[in-house]
Amino acid sequence: MMSLTLEGVVLIGALGLIVIGALGMAISNHLFRMLLALVIAESGANLLIVLSGYRVGASAPILGFSDPTTPMVDPIPQVLVLTAIVIGVGVQALAVALLLKVYRVYGTLNVRELRDRMDADVATAAGVEADASQDAPAGERPLPPVPARASGGAGGFGRRGPVTFPPHSDERRP
Amino acid sequence: MTTWVALVVVVLMLVSALAVLLLRSFVAAVAATAVVGLGLTVLFVLMRAPDVAMTEAAVGAGLSGVILALALRRLGLWRVEDNGQGGGDA
Repeated sequence: MMSLTLEGVVLIGALGLIVIGALGMAISNHLFRMLLALVIAESGANLLIVLSGYRVGASAPILGFSDPTTPMVDPIPQVLVLTAIVIGVGVQALAVALLLKVYRVYGTLNVRELRDRMDADVATAAGVEADASQDAPAGERPLPPVPARASGGAGGFGRRGPVTFPPHSDERRP
Repeated sequence: MTTWVALVVVVLMLVSALAVLLLRSFVAAVAATAVVGLGLTVLFVLMRAPDVAMTEAAVGAGLSGVILALALRRLGLWRVEDNGQGGGDA
């Protein structure tokens, strides 16, 4: 059985926190949950930096606690993390302020609703009709792709049966 | 002994970090974020960084939790009795 050391356990924890935070930022639908995932990833990064200065059997880097001739852990990563914690809270406060601004303007924090409303805003500002969906943009409807005439059974990219198109697509095609 | 304490704390932190992503109630998600910060404090003490642990407990867990909870009220997400309706979709 693999021996369980303090550094190994903390390393697994730090990497797990970073992975969970990055994953949460990637798959979240809600902006506030993205912020929480960012906080988690930041905690994992801080833990990883402190772990890089750890020495087995060393004491805390504070004079007067122990014999000065015994080894101490590296104080430089700890100081860096001390700064990073405070800056991280500042970043959270800035993100919360931005979220408040977005919520007051658009009334939602869901990224899908937010995208639709921002699209509508942009279309209104540009004076054009808003897109109905991603597949049907405003303006003239684009021509459908050239149908692959069912010559064999294997073609058709997974479609079953004959592919039919609306008649207006043929008369507009040159 | 220290290793086992660290193992328990790491498991607690990872579970609560997953809970942040999976819980539907935002109040509970903020509380789980504070749990991650407090576990981080214990790990800092175990890694011989007591000053960083003090800062993390005061600023990372305390002030950050207060900021996020107040933001919840302002954002209209403060719903304690959440019966699966509304809330946020993760």
